[in-house]
Amino acid sequence: MNAIAINVNRKSSGVSHFGDSTFKWLTLLMALSVFVLIALIGYELFVGARPSIQKFGWHFLVSSSWDPVNGVFGALPYIFGTLVTSFIALLIAVPLSIATAVFLTELAPLWVRQPLIMFIELLAAIPSVILGFWGFYVMVPWLHDHVYPLLRSSLGFLPFFQGADHGPCILSAGIILAIMIIPIITSVSREILRSVPGLQREAAYALGATRWEVTRIAVLSYAKRGLFGAVILGLGRALGETMAVTMLIGNAPYIGWSVFAPGQTLASVLANEFTEASDPLYSSALFHVGLVLLGVTLLVNALARLLLVTFAGPGMKPQH
Amino acid sequence: MGGKRILTKYMKIFILPIIAVGIAVWVVSCSKQSESSTASAAPGQMLITGAGSTFDYPAFTKWFEAYKAVNPNVQFNYQSIGSGAGQKQLLNQTVEFGASDAPMSDESMTNAPGKILHLPVVAGGVAIIYNLPGDPKINLDGNTLAGIYLGTITNWNDSKIAALNPGVSLPNLPIIPVHRSDGSGTTFIFTDYLTSVNDAWGNSVKKGTAVQWPTGVGIGAKGSAGVAGQVRQLSGAIGYAELAYADQNKIPYANMKNAAGNFVAPTPDSVSAALATAKIPDDFRFSMVNAPGDKSYPIAGASWVLIYQQQKSESGKELTDFLKWAITDGQKLSPSLDYAPLPDEVQQRELKLLDTVTY
Repeated sequence: MNAIAINVNRKSSGVSHFGDSTFKWLTLLMALSVFVLIALIGYELFVGARPSIQKFGWHFLVSSSWDPVNGVFGALPYIFGTLVTSFIALLIAVPLSIATAVFLTELAPLWVRQPLIMFIELLAAIPSVILGFWGFYVMVPWLHDHVYPLLRSSLGFLPFFQGADHGPCILSAGIILAIMIIPIITSVSREILRSVPGLQREAAYALGATRWEVTRIAVLSYAKRGLFGAVILGLGRALGETMAVTMLIGNAPYIGWSVFAPGQTLASVLANEFTEASDPLYSSALFHVGLVLLGVTLLVNALARLLLVTFAGPGMKPQH
Repeated sequence: MGGKRILTKYMKIFILPIIAVGIAVWVVSCSKQSESSTASAAPGQMLITGAGSTFDYPAFTKWFEAYKAVNPNVQFNYQSIGSGAGQKQLLNQTVEFGASDAPMSDESMTNAPGKILHLPVVAGGVAIIYNLPGDPKINLDGNTLAGIYLGTITNWNDSKIAALNPGVSLPNLPIIPVHRSDGSGTTFIFTDYLTSVNDAWGNSVKKGTAVQWPTGVGIGAKGSAGVAGQVRQLSGAIGYAELAYADQNKIPYANMKNAAGNFVAPTPDSVSAALATAKIPDDFRFSMVNAPGDKSYPIAGASWVLIYQQQKSESGKELTDFLKWAITDGQKLSPSLDYAPLPDEVQQRELKLLDTVTY
């Protein structure tokens, strides 16, 4: 009996070793393919952008002249627009999303939880062009008539809320971006809060903590690394979002304080001008813009991770 | 656990049938597609591919349909991907004809692998649309329009606008100029006009399918729909769009002062009048803005089909025959689409040029 058992064990362990290694190599291959894909995209963009890189070099990043007629190109206003709209989006979306996630995991009764989760996931499924249309015909006119005048009268002493307002502007684009990234940040945050072990909460309660203290000390600080990751995911989408932003941002290059001014982002200038760019240098400059967008996304992600390490520390990893 | 069980239940009820239906639709549509592609490869059948201008697209769609009655053996595949992309595809010889709202540059012509012919196929006007309380009918001229887009005229009650509109009460309202943010043949015609009538514009912004708009003046919107939508929403806004677009959406448009000093509304007739008086060189790379003539509408332009003089593909003869038909019989369909039909004299000259095509 014993011998047979050992035999069976060996056999099965042999099989599982083969399976394990296949599995390992297969997943490695899949993981590498993502890496290769990004490298390929970067390379293709670089090849397309080469004439523009040779002509403008680093100057491309600090020049604000974009003149297709005379063949002079610089992307600074677009970099500015991309960063500012994404920042506004995060400013609005992060508190809203994390509060929603906390409510869903910590406070909401079950019968509220499921429908609410479904609605949030539904919001994520709305195509950006539909959000753009809705923003263009419904949200922006409403903001222009009711919200922006209010902002101007109450906070008009700040440089952000001064200057002419036509409706489509940097703030409008930031708000639509916020709407688009809320479902991502909320869903991911919810999963992360759910993975906080129940023992953690019970221990805090046992020490006499109130509900708010439990959430703050036991849950949020335990999960902060993961929540930060959720925010970075949202930021990634905000940086590259194209269609809805193009429809709501007013499409005029701008660098300044006012959020009521029309602006332009790296993605929106690509969406606008790529089809009609017949001149070789012009289309190369647009490739260059694409390369800059890729660079900005990578850089912002890297910075965010650096921030995380500096401020949140190595932290505890969520346990599964 | 409960969640998981519900999920598997849902999978069985909804997801599996959806996948099954999806696969079925895919298979059926694929087999249909292969049927049609084998049909186009059948003997006697010709497939002609083209790419370019979105401005021409409604005309092409109508022509392709009507041309079936003339030659049922020719099929067309036209991608409206923009004039710039159309030119690129023709230069790369991936399509048999390109369509463009702006003539090809000399640089591209010399770099092309063969001689390229320009054939004007449609002409259209660009309407100046606006949004003013009470929808008054207004008159404008080139210098005023340039002033508005340069940011030197900023209010509707400006004396320069008032001088052109005696008897019209113009409100004290800031002007919001709206321009196309995407590259566009419409922008080319608009800036071509401002360049030809206003020195300040010609020395700074100049003309192109995309230009550097003066900073801090107005906003940009994507596509004709975007410009028209923006103008409709903002009181005091002014913009430009193809005549067809303004007409079909019932947006008020201005009468423009032409070279003869008359105020003319954009119509297929007034654009045809401009075509008849415009100076057209033998290579047909012409501009028809600010054309002379009492009835000519000044902001108008042609759109060209671009082909190689030496046709390499086997469908060269069919393409030439189609173009001959489009610039003669096909023109009768133009006014219904708000394009101006080509005058007889231009048609004859184009036919002569088409006779030089070899295949």
